[in-house]
Amino acid sequence: MTNLKKRKITNIFFLTISTLTAFLGLFWLVMILGDLFIQGASSINWKLFVDDFAPPGFGDGGLRPAFVGQLIIVSTAFIIGIPIGLLGGTFIAEYGRNSKTAKLISTLSDLAGSIPSIVVGTFIYAVIVRTTGHFSAFSGSLALALIMIPVMLKTTENMLNLVPWQLREAAFALGAPYYKVIFQIVYKSASVGLLTGAVLSVARIAGETAPLLFTSLNNTFFSLNITKPMASLTVTIYRYAMGPYNDWHKLAWAGSFVITVFILLATLISRFIVNRRYKN
Amino acid sequence: MNDKHILKVEHLNFYYSSKQVLFDINMNIEKNMTTALIGPSGCGKTTFLRCFNRMHDLYKNNRYEGKIIYNGENILTMRDSINLRSKIGMVFQSPTPFPMSVFDNVAYGLRLNGIKNKAELTDRVENALMKAALWDEVKDRLNTTASGLSGGQQQRLVIARALAVEPDILLFDEPTSALDPIATAKIEELMVELKKITTIIVVTHNMQQAARISDFTAFFYLGKLVEMGKTDEFFTRPKNRQTENYISGRFG
Ligand SMILES: Nc1ncnc2c1ncn2[C@@H]1O[C@H](COP(=O)(O)OP(=O)(O)O)[C@@H](O)[C@H]1O
Ligand SMILES: [Mg+2]
Repeated sequence: MTNLKKRKITNIFFLTISTLTAFLGLFWLVMILGDLFIQGASSINWKLFVDDFAPPGFGDGGLRPAFVGQLIIVSTAFIIGIPIGLLGGTFIAEYGRNSKTAKLISTLSDLAGSIPSIVVGTFIYAVIVRTTGHFSAFSGSLALALIMIPVMLKTTENMLNLVPWQLREAAFALGAPYYKVIFQIVYKSASVGLLTGAVLSVARIAGETAPLLFTSLNNTFFSLNITKPMASLTVTIYRYAMGPYNDWHKLAWAGSFVITVFILLATLISRFIVNRRYKN
Repeated sequence: MNDKHILKVEHLNFYYSSKQVLFDINMNIEKNMTTALIGPSGCGKTTFLRCFNRMHDLYKNNRYEGKIIYNGENILTMRDSINLRSKIGMVFQSPTPFPMSVFDNVAYGLRLNGIKNKAELTDRVENALMKAALWDEVKDRLNTTASGLSGGQQQRLVIARALAVEPDILLFDEPTSALDPIATAKIEELMVELKKITTIIVVTHNMQQAARISDFTAFFYLGKLVEMGKTDEFFTRPKNRQTENYISGRFG
């Protein structure tokens, strides 16, 4: 065989394999989403959002406590995680730029971002749940916030680095102090990117179950108290899907459908914003 | 000190860390005149210009030696660089509009100086835009974002922003190198006008531009001031061989 022929055959071989695997991946994605949409959409009705959990056998309960709980847990995580990520990223890209401390924080944050979420959950369990003596929605929010911070921090760092130095210098040249330059010029220039980072961070945590299992746990009743255990959508889906009842399975499908649509939308919106902003 | 000299540079040395870039510069800048700084790329023009508003303070390990006397005080040891920067403005190579409206851009320096009164702001913004020959083009779009303006308009906006705080001195670092010939001509025309109200120091790599707009020209080479003189004499009867070689295009 000539060298050229050999290369051609190798080429065709790898092209075929990679195309096939791509289709295989796509196939499963379509299957999963398709199944979810068929099963989930058919289980959706307005009672889902207004009714509380029904005891097994009593049929027809809703998921209201889980939706509200999820919203509270994720919002609290947002309020804690986003500012910390934003300020950390700002330190790295601005005040600490090029310093050893900044590089260290950036690297540590990358490492933290790759810790499995279940480990974050057990960590919060050990530090908060064990010391306070009980599960709480707030500890769940803390676990989710810890997962969000590296995402927001990295995005902030990258987005602030995209703002040209000359723009900052132009503000300094008018006599602006550094904090005003950051808040009035840099954040504003990077606003779309920062917003996208926030949306991505939410998308990253909204579907997490593992870190909530040891923290916010669950609650069979409607609750708004973040110092007590609270139902969340993901843990409820987990519990219902594992349960023996048909009604429960339907509710689990419905819940999965809602959360998937939410995360898909969040991801799509942020992609859309980024594409529109940075295309040219 | 002669009072027509608004700035007096005395034995100025400048270092980036341990690397010395400016060597014993001595120079007087005349009030209401335009001084052009020319010289081959890398000779220290930008570095020199950025000493006047202490831009180098932003970065660690930069060091000045010597004096730049302004109003009887040494700029290089002044405590209040913020006040200094409202007296000595700067315009950069490419336009730097802030991500806000045309109005807010021009009002930025005024607000920094504590001016909040709406009527006064409006007045001074309009005034600055007039001086920068931009008013007619933007008066109907003061509240739209500045990034929508053309490059030449953006550069005049930046000039208006600098003018709004009524500086004594304006520093320009190759202000037209990112602009097309028509926009360049407008900026040059404007700079000639501006001499009436301020003193200008301009870095340019374009000798024709220096000849067109400046009263004094200073030639820098390898971090040293080689020659400075009245622009017409400088270009027609240079005293130094290096200057002669440079302006006749034999190097650089
Ligand atoms: N931030 C910096 N750190 C170290 N060296 C620099 C820095 N900026 C400029 N230089 C060096 O200083 C010299 C003068 O640069 P510059 O003032 O920008 O020249 P010009 O504006 O005349 O082209 C050059 O050799 C350049 O490489
Ligand atoms: Mg330069």
